Amino acid sequence: METIDQLERENMRLDLPNFVAGDTVKVHVKIKEGEKERIQAFQGVCISKRGGRMNATFTVRKVSYGIGVERIFPLHSPVIDKVEIVTRGRVRRAKIYYLRKLRGKAARIKERRYT
Amino acid sequence: MCKGLIGKKLGMTGIYTPEGERVPVTVLQVGPCVITQIKTVATDGYNALQLGFGEQKASRINKPIEGHLKKSGQEGFAFLREVSVDNPDEFSLGQTISPDMFKVGERVEVTGRSKGRGFAGVIKRHGFHGGKKTHGSHSHRIPGSIGCSATPAKVIKGKKMPGHFGNERNTVRNLEIVDIRPEQNLIMIKGAVPGSKSGLVSINKLKFGK
Repeated sequence: METIDQLERENMRLDLPNFVAGDTVKVHVKIKEGEKERIQAFQGVCISKRGGRMNATFTVRKVSYGIGVERIFPLHSPVIDKVEIVTRGRVRRAKIYYLRKLRGKAARIKERRYT
Repeated sequence: MCKGLIGKKLGMTGIYTPEGERVPVTVLQVGPCVITQIKTVATDGYNALQLGFGEQKASRINKPIEGHLKKSGQEGFAFLREVSVDNPDEFSLGQTISPDMFKVGERVEVTGRSKGRGFAGVIKRHGFHGGKKTHGSHSHRIPGSIGCSATPAKVIKGKKMPGHFGNERNTVRNLEIVDIRPEQNLIMIKGAVPGSKSGLVSINKLKFGK
């Protein structure tokens, strides 16, 4: 087991900030179009973070032109250029799937403040 | 050239390619494999190397094995297995075989003892689809009809039926080597290999094809 742990640790992305469900994040994704590579940002609320070590993924939800869009990113994928935390949200659950049923004002998340 | 190695399955994980594709890999601990006996056509009728792998307590080694290993200057191994070899003169007793003999990207075959599933039904054992789950059906996981009527008035030999499944020698061919780390004696293979974690496996060059 230790050998596999060690192998996984070598490939893990330790440069990403520590965000949790409820935070609004901006994920910069590398996109390859033919020969060229460009970076696209996907901004939304992180509604879930699951899995451990190399298997970990996180889900980002945004509402684009009135339609909810969710994207699941592998946390340690080299496709992710960087992750920015826009705001930190205060929620009481680890998975905020209830956000899917809410729209407009109700779908707001209170900002988390540190005292 | 040596055609195979013996090792231990450590478990599975995934690694990402630079393009972001996730490759499922099985990590195998191969070696250190030490040559304990060299078999040649002249003495044994065929060419092979006997490799020793894994640690074993001194109290578990019986006298005949101890005497056999003494010839190669070794103390004790958990496993002794033979691998085929083209030219046995290239090797010497006590030599350690490194996973360097394989290349990254090469296709290999892996043999191991599959996980035992006990007495299994036809769905698990042969991949039958089973019957309806609802609509008043009582035939959920049963095999259904096993043959015809008065002709031939018997069940055809080899009919797939429930029975003991697993805990048998299995070989998976054409598996790709993703990474090799000779200093740690590790080989990473794309996909799954037979057996449970810490089970004994042997990795061999493909017997047919390339």
